[in-house]
Amino acid sequence: MTDLVEPGVAGPDGADPGPQERGRRVELASAGCFVVATLAALALAVVYWQGGQPQAEGVLLALTLGGIGTGIVLWAKHFMPTDEVAEDRHPLESSEEEIAEFAADFEAGQSTLASRRILLATAGGACAALGVALVFPVRSLGPRPGRGLKETPYKNAPIRVVVESGDPVRPADLEIDGFITVWPEGYTDAADASTLLIHFRRDQDFQPRPGREDWTVDDIVAYSKLCTHVGCPVGLYQAQLGLLLCPCHQSTFDVMQGARPVFGPAARALPQLPLAQDDDGFIIATGDFSAPVGPGFWDRGR
Amino acid sequence: MSELATPGPPKRRRGPEHLLTHRLARWVDSRLGTAKLARTALNKVFPDHWSFMLGELGLYCFIVLVLTGVYLTFFFSPSLNTVIYQGSYGPLRGVEMSEAYRSALELSFDVRAGLVMRQIHHWAALLFLASLGVHLARVFFTGAFRRPRELNWIIGCTLLILAMLNGLFGYSLLDDQLSGTGLRIVYSITLSVPLVGTWLASLLFGGEFPGPDIISRLYVIHILLVPAVITILLTAHLAILVRQKHTHFPGPGRRDDNVVGERMWPTYAAKALGLFFLTSALLAFLGGVFQINPIWIYGPFDPAEVSAASQPDWYMGWLDGALRIMPGWEIRAFGFEIPNPFFPGVLLAGLTFTLLYAWPFLEARVTRDHAEHHLLDRPRQRPVRTALGMATIAFYTVLFLGGAADVLGATFGLSVNAILWTFRFLCLLAPPVVGVVTYKLCKEMSARDGVPTASRVTVREIPRRLRHGEERDEAERESPALRS
Repeated sequence: MTDLVEPGVAGPDGADPGPQERGRRVELASAGCFVVATLAALALAVVYWQGGQPQAEGVLLALTLGGIGTGIVLWAKHFMPTDEVAEDRHPLESSEEEIAEFAADFEAGQSTLASRRILLATAGGACAALGVALVFPVRSLGPRPGRGLKETPYKNAPIRVVVESGDPVRPADLEIDGFITVWPEGYTDAADASTLLIHFRRDQDFQPRPGREDWTVDDIVAYSKLCTHVGCPVGLYQAQLGLLLCPCHQSTFDVMQGARPVFGPAARALPQLPLAQDDDGFIIATGDFSAPVGPGFWDRGR
Repeated sequence: MSELATPGPPKRRRGPEHLLTHRLARWVDSRLGTAKLARTALNKVFPDHWSFMLGELGLYCFIVLVLTGVYLTFFFSPSLNTVIYQGSYGPLRGVEMSEAYRSALELSFDVRAGLVMRQIHHWAALLFLASLGVHLARVFFTGAFRRPRELNWIIGCTLLILAMLNGLFGYSLLDDQLSGTGLRIVYSITLSVPLVGTWLASLLFGGEFPGPDIISRLYVIHILLVPAVITILLTAHLAILVRQKHTHFPGPGRRDDNVVGERMWPTYAAKALGLFFLTSALLAFLGGVFQINPIWIYGPFDPAEVSAASQPDWYMGWLDGALRIMPGWEIRAFGFEIPNPFFPGVLLAGLTFTLLYAWPFLEARVTRDHAEHHLLDRPRQRPVRTALGMATIAFYTVLFLGGAADVLGATFGLSVNAILWTFRFLCLLAPPVVGVVTYKLCKEMSARDGVPTASRVTVREIPRRLRHGEERDEAERESPALRS
């Protein structure tokens, strides 16, 4: 910052020699703003003392800050110099001589070294090794992904499905066109195991995928509730059309055709859960989902 | 100085030198030589234009964010331990929730002035990003990013990314239904990165979604790491601005080798201080009167539930829209796959910011203009740049609207599918149309001004003479058409 100001090149003298009266009024207005700010600040303290009220706090704080701000701006606009000045720009670049002088200073002492290259190379190597070593603790942040993304607690099948309260489900619990969210028994906290049971109508032309003809129980089909797009719960069922809709990004799945995606960004069908009934008539899962649930990842197919 | 150093006989006159402030200033000056430095600072010249305040607005929002944010940290507890809510908000009493969500509720209902602070904080974040966005547009359309200001452009882009991320992290901390849904999407986008996605997601979240550690980690990132980096970069941004001096618009007496404007002291400083107070006043008013992020309505996060019309904060809207507009494509080969969210969530975002960072260098290369510029362009003088900028804005606006497709559908009684299909076409059609219209408008407007546009004038700015401090040639300096 060696620049010096070279005043008075441009701009007329901004001081307005207007009538004294106008200046007096602005002065009063500015002072008025500060008074309003003071009163509002005191009122703010009182409101807080009385137990607080968010709207009143916001408005009074706004009045306080706004009063100070307006007062300052009025003051600045009317009573402070507005003359324009021009300041020269000086070249940002260093001159060749300056660069040469810098280089000389920077390189000072190197002549006393027999071989700087060896020192630089080994020092650089040590720093690189330090960098590599310091990366390793990142590994502590989380477990190896492993099979977790490809499995759900349904791998313990056969296992009953239960609603959130832990109660098992009979086919009769679901009315036609109805749907409920279930989990494997004992795992109602498992985020990757939420499952939709949907009771479709006989007239809806349900077409089971090949090999899954016996995966339904009394017109009840089960799909993973996690959208194959980014894993939002597929929470909306349009029973008339037999469509499941994800409210996050509008992916739509056709329940009658293996929950294949028919609209939106999802590219894969919702994985299906094989269902059966146990001896007590409760719905059970006979295996894990037909595919890894939820969003895709690099080695999902491996 | 010498008066203080050598105590003479006490003076009777009580001049200004006996004021405490005066003596204190003398004390400091005798140890640091501050008067010399301060005088340079006071006389710093700031060109006056309303658009130069936009970045300043962002700075003030950041100050408000830090002040309100510190207050919030005194009460918020970033823990996923399960608790039963027993606070003063009736509808949720007895509900099982995380410690984080409970402390956010208590902060809103039971801590006096807590709600207003939380809402000011959130509004300040929204306005912070808005100021940065508009400031970026101003710098772009006026060519203020050109040499020598590429460094500040890069710092500015980094600040924008950090601000966006920290906004997202901030509202993800509360562990309400909406923020949990947002985190789920963050997790899935992280997961979608080829090769390393599963590892990245596992390391960031401490395991499979929802992950035991994510809230406490995001907390440290949100309140410490990112604000610290923002503060450092902001300081560098301003230091570079001081070093390089401000740009100014063309006008009488304004050249590439000077800077014309007000001195910093007193008028400019007072106006800036006033603007800070007025910005804070606006934020206080918004935070007091307009409800924002009412987490008690969303309820605690339950991974099996989602509310309809889940929308992120506005500055993430373009990404959410891109996720929606993207057709259902995935690439699968050799047993590996590139999941769908990769394209909008990683590729598009990556391209967006790479192009943003690279713009000054791309433009300099294409126009072969590597000279220093301190005089700003008017947007109409650079029809190609302006058209490309407007086309880009059109693209991201369509994406942003796409993020509201379900709300638009519900509001206007339209099919969401039809709206999304419209946006799919629009995000391809709108940019060229807007670009061409802008180009024609620029040409038309500058023809009306009688000012030739850049395409017809070879602009060779002052380079060599000025850089090497040689004497400036008055006649040559005034010749380029842009100065008229």
